[in-house]
Amino acid sequence: MKYKTVIEDDIDVLVCGAGLGGTGAAFEARYWGQDKKIVVAEKANIDRSGAVAQGLYAINCYMGTRFDENNPEDHVRYARIDLMGMVREDLLFDMARHVDSTVHLFEEWGLPLMKNPKTGSYLREGRWQIMIHGESYKPIVADAAKKSADQVFNRICVTHLLMDEAKENRVAGAVGFNVRTGNYHVFKSKTVIVAAGGASNIFKPRSVGEGAGRVWYAPWSSGSAYGLLIGAGAKMTQMENRIVLARFKDGYGPVGAYFLHLKTYTQNGLGEEYESKWWPSLQEIVGKEYLDPEASHLTHRPIPTCLRNHAFIQEVNAGRGPIHMVTMEAFQDPHLEEIGWHNFLGMTVGQAVLWASTDVDPKYENPELTTSEPYVMGSHATGCGAWCSGPEDLSPPEYYWGYNRMTTVEGLFGAGDAVGGTPHAFSSGSFTEGRLAAKAACKYIDDGKAEGIKVSDAQIQRRKEEIYKPMETYRIYRNEITAGSVNPNYINPRQALDRLQKLMDEYAGGVTVSYMTNEKLLNIGLKKLKLLEEDLEKVAAEDIHELLRAWEIKHRHLASEAVVQHTLFREETRWPGYYYRGDFMKVDDENWHVLTVSRRDPETGEYTMEKAPCYHLADVEKDKADAA
Amino acid sequence: MPTFVYMTRCDGCGHCVDICPSDIMHIDTTTRRAYNIEPNMCWECYSCVKACPHQAIDVRGYADFAPLGHSVRVKRDEEKGVIAWRIKFRNGKKDMDLLAPITTKPWGSATPKLRDVDPPTQEQRDSQLLYNEPKYIRFDDGDIHTLESNGLEMKQGVYY
Repeated sequence: MKYKTVIEDDIDVLVCGAGLGGTGAAFEARYWGQDKKIVVAEKANIDRSGAVAQGLYAINCYMGTRFDENNPEDHVRYARIDLMGMVREDLLFDMARHVDSTVHLFEEWGLPLMKNPKTGSYLREGRWQIMIHGESYKPIVADAAKKSADQVFNRICVTHLLMDEAKENRVAGAVGFNVRTGNYHVFKSKTVIVAAGGASNIFKPRSVGEGAGRVWYAPWSSGSAYGLLIGAGAKMTQMENRIVLARFKDGYGPVGAYFLHLKTYTQNGLGEEYESKWWPSLQEIVGKEYLDPEASHLTHRPIPTCLRNHAFIQEVNAGRGPIHMVTMEAFQDPHLEEIGWHNFLGMTVGQAVLWASTDVDPKYENPELTTSEPYVMGSHATGCGAWCSGPEDLSPPEYYWGYNRMTTVEGLFGAGDAVGGTPHAFSSGSFTEGRLAAKAACKYIDDGKAEGIKVSDAQIQRRKEEIYKPMETYRIYRNEITAGSVNPNYINPRQALDRLQKLMDEYAGGVTVSYMTNEKLLNIGLKKLKLLEEDLEKVAAEDIHELLRAWEIKHRHLASEAVVQHTLFREETRWPGYYYRGDFMKVDDENWHVLTVSRRDPETGEYTMEKAPCYHLADVEKDKADAA
Repeated sequence: MPTFVYMTRCDGCGHCVDICPSDIMHIDTTTRRAYNIEPNMCWECYSCVKACPHQAIDVRGYADFAPLGHSVRVKRDEEKGVIAWRIKFRNGKKDMDLLAPITTKPWGSATPKLRDVDPPTQEQRDSQLLYNEPKYIRFDDGDIHTLESNGLEMKQGVYY
């Protein structure tokens, strides 16, 4: 084979994926491991990679404890109700108690955070959100990571984790290839922090053709966080908890600042408020405890994101679309109008492009909204990811096995989208999780847990052959046909992606079926995923760029299979508005107030599912008073 | 096709190739200039547009929903610490200039070198604190929040 093997040995902390989680990990690892060898492997260029590549106009997770605004437990309760109870509250509390220190570091590094001139605190967009000029958010945090790391390998697509052959279920590094040179890269490491991204593009998008690129989550978020972890046999949690977003139509521009800061609101095609009329029927599905508009009105307790989606979807299906965002009032104020545009330019330029091209001036016209195709990730209003240990001082026994953010594979840690049960971390929380994982990884090494790791040449060679197989397949079969992309021996990565999106859409609750699925559909979906898995063995790559796409679809496939397995396991409709189990159309707290945990056996591909207890933070005093 | 490259401005320098998060800006081997090889994997993130030293890259909105005749141009300046945008509508009725800061510090100067700071003590290692903490994490400048300090416990059961 013409590609060289490049081996990087004796790494202490290997960070796979350098978005916000990975940059946080690389940065912090240097403090706790000043003499340790810290290496970053990033699929793109660390200066503009991950979900924050184009910037952000808000930091959505900041407590403001310093300004006496919120305590960590307030945020935990917010995330709990938003996710209908299904969260890891130890991990959430831990993230929330540290996240402010992260945000203040960002300010010290030059990230322009807007200030409230009256209070001196940061300018609030909502209770948890602060407003920033964040076009250069990513290059700024990347700079901090680069100064900490011994080396940053850009353009390395990490395909697999290496496993220790001396001790079972212990990580030993990672392998991948350089998408420029094509070279095979081997990273032998004592610990690995997987901070790769969640998954866009696994459900068929609403847009067709070119517009398929304007997904809500970045198109390069290929579910590698899940592909890598599932492939190594790590346990996963809450993978059924995909997210659907109500956003500006087609451009998927963000609505947070519009709702919270500009005070815009939604109405149906007839110009009516529509949400509240759906609450009584929705309360029959979820119970009044989860949907209490009166309590939401009086407190800061939100109406869960999924339930607001539900009202949107029902109203459109009842024939009273489109749903509009009423911007015409707020945009009469030139200052708010400017903020409305800056909001897009800072994080979703494509929405500005769309409005410019369709002459939609929100000052004179209320723009349309839509509900997106589902996405699988773990840092927005959803909590897919690995089943990780919490910190020693917070976690109950079922949630604790020694090292914070360590997966069920020894030495293998997660951050950001990779960690399950921690929604609402967003950018700052993901960076914070990376920091927490890095400290724990250093401690794991210092405790002597990474001694005697053995990786055979056979394992390295086996992975190498596996990685380049799509190019080999192409080479062998290409000349059997005259020209074109139709070949009886292989499919290309785009064809595989199209098939994945179609089957996930139709069988696992995508947009064309109004997010509806059931046991029968899911079982058909699993069967088709198995066939796709067989065909992915025959995926062909014409060049190194296509090889990248081939491995992205393989990671997306692994993530998708976990989504379907989890959706099948949870026999209830926990998040109406994200998806519906037509055969179990209610929230079932009696049987399903639990977290779902899966493991895919890396040898056989068989799934094992289990329920894990769902612990909640409770006030000590209040409970004692109740008991008395 | 989301991003595209003007033939007369591109000199094939490869800055866009180097920065594109989606690996879709490549150099055409015949013209030796850059182009977008996979428009349906383009997020219109403008990373390449901002990186191009010749303003050779522009964006034409996605063909399946964006009519022709619009323009969203940008110039990002790390020295001055600002980014300037110009948005032009298809019907010519709106033409906006928008300016925003991208940093408050001289570019690249303010991130720390953690290799050079005082190493953590054993006590810090054994604690739950991260680098630079407990600074900024408490209103009263106390220690880290714990279940005990906040009067909390972890309980099984249904809580809303």
